[in-house]
Amino acid sequence: MGSKEEDRYLMLSGLQHFLFCKRQWALIHIEQQWEENALTVEGQHLHHKAHQALLREKRGNKLIVRGMPVRSHELQLTGVCDVVEFHLDPEGVELVGEEGRYKAYPIEYKRGRPKKGLEDVIQLVAQAICLEEMLACRIDKGYLYYEQIKHRVEVPITETLRETVQLMAKEMHHYFDKRYTPKVKTGPFCNNCSLKNICLPKLMNKRSVKSYIEGRLSE
Amino acid sequence: MRKLLNTLYVTQPDAYLSLDGDNIVLLKDQQALGRLPLHNLESIITFGYTGASPALMGYCAERNISITFLTASGRFLARVIGQSRGNVTLRKAQYRISDQERESALIARNFIIGKIYNHKWMLERMTRDYPLRVDVERFKSISHQLDEYLYEARSCENLETLRGLEGQAAWHYYQVFDDMILQQKESFTFHGRSRRPPRDHVNAMLSFAYILLTHDMAAALESVGLDAYVGFLHRDRPGRVSLALDMIEELRGIYADRFVLSLINRKEVTPNGFYQKENGAVLMTDETRKLFLKAWQAKKQEMITHPFLGEKIPWGLVPYVQALLLARYLRGDLDEYPPFLWK
Ligand code: SF4
Repeated sequence: MGSKEEDRYLMLSGLQHFLFCKRQWALIHIEQQWEENALTVEGQHLHHKAHQALLREKRGNKLIVRGMPVRSHELQLTGVCDVVEFHLDPEGVELVGEEGRYKAYPIEYKRGRPKKGLEDVIQLVAQAICLEEMLACRIDKGYLYYEQIKHRVEVPITETLRETVQLMAKEMHHYFDKRYTPKVKTGPFCNNCSLKNICLPKLMNKRSVKSYIEGRLSE
Repeated sequence: MRKLLNTLYVTQPDAYLSLDGDNIVLLKDQQALGRLPLHNLESIITFGYTGASPALMGYCAERNISITFLTASGRFLARVIGQSRGNVTLRKAQYRISDQERESALIARNFIIGKIYNHKWMLERMTRDYPLRVDVERFKSISHQLDEYLYEARSCENLETLRGLEGQAAWHYYQVFDDMILQQKESFTFHGRSRRPPRDHVNAMLSFAYILLTHDMAAALESVGLDAYVGFLHRDRPGRVSLALDMIEELRGIYADRFVLSLINRKEVTPNGFYQKENGAVLMTDETRKLFLKAWQAKKQEMITHPFLGEKIPWGLVPYVQALLLARYLRGDLDEYPPFLWK
């Protein structure tokens, strides 16, 4: 796989945007429109913390790696895992420079508390798929750590979730290749969208400009 | 809707702009004249030969704050802007259309429709508000004439014809421009547009208002990722912000002209606030220019309901919203570009 091909890879973190709203994803990842707001700045800060600590740390039978770059050729996605925990486990795989066998568990840090939607879960599953490809192993679960409840939640990497991620990645590439920003159904979720000033969600439900102009001219 | 941020106008010609932390500091002879937090600013406009430090320019470029250098009389010298948003697709669409006569005309005609429509309603409003001061019949007859140009423009797909219609409509509009001056008529008379240089008080103010509006428009276009230099109605000419000029057509009357008229009619400017150069050019005194800029800022804060969005926004955001709407059209979200149709 040459680097030319890898230029086409999309950001794994885009999955959460895509799930929240396809249009939001396109505005950020295709059009690169980005308005800083308090939420995103805070989010970046937290990530910075998770990434910057000791890169590799051993604790008993655990090996903890932070800020690990990952990619999947199958999904054509790349990203960074906040934390990957390797647990000594006879059923695991061998790691270069380490003794014994390890099983890998991705852990994603999130501001706030567990959400109703699947955004966080999907991102974790994609990370797991990347790790599986890179380590030639099988990953059956990962964890989401939520800052506000100071607690990690176990996430099983199920077949259904894997399929969802594959379909999403495929659709994202389809839009990206056409550089197409889709129109979507808007909703109350738009109020929580950091891009609503650029998107102008109201416009999508507007009558046509033609009728606006003709309406005015005939007054 | 996005928040309206301030524009800083620096009229002190021998000041130097520098950066201190997150503040802009105005220096004169190494002494600080004033300081202002930058996070409230959208752009900085300087008049005269004010200088700025590279550190300040870098800071502003990173945060999408544009710095514009104008001569003391307002002629454009240079502008420092940061990287444009990475939206290549949008710009490509803009360039492709700008190369095509018919597609350009389909957008340009809506600029012209906006312009004529707004002029028409300015006249209609005068007849309603001042039936005893203006010649209602004359206003009405010009208004009807403008209706006809509107009708023609609506189906026009040819740029030359469109420019012709625009010219004729403007000619009619200027026929009654002087009648809209209701106060201080002895000193503020309009004898037709004179640009380079402006030859009377009214033209001096109109020219200045158009410069400010063009600047705001160019900054708005850049902020949504469009190229302010590539137009549809105005063809490209080096150094000219053609698209900004296209886009202000519909706002000249209702934004700039009405602003100037109200300064005169409310007697906020007086004939003493102007002077004439040897070459006949009429200029504003520093005092008048300051007053003008202050009133311009205040005007930006006034709220209106956007006719297409149906949302309340400050006047100062109108250029931004129109730029956004144009971008939406160019990328295929809207069936036409919706001009700002004021009433
Ligand atoms: S405002 Fe609504 S429709 Fe627009 S990008 Fe955000 S969530 Fe999507």
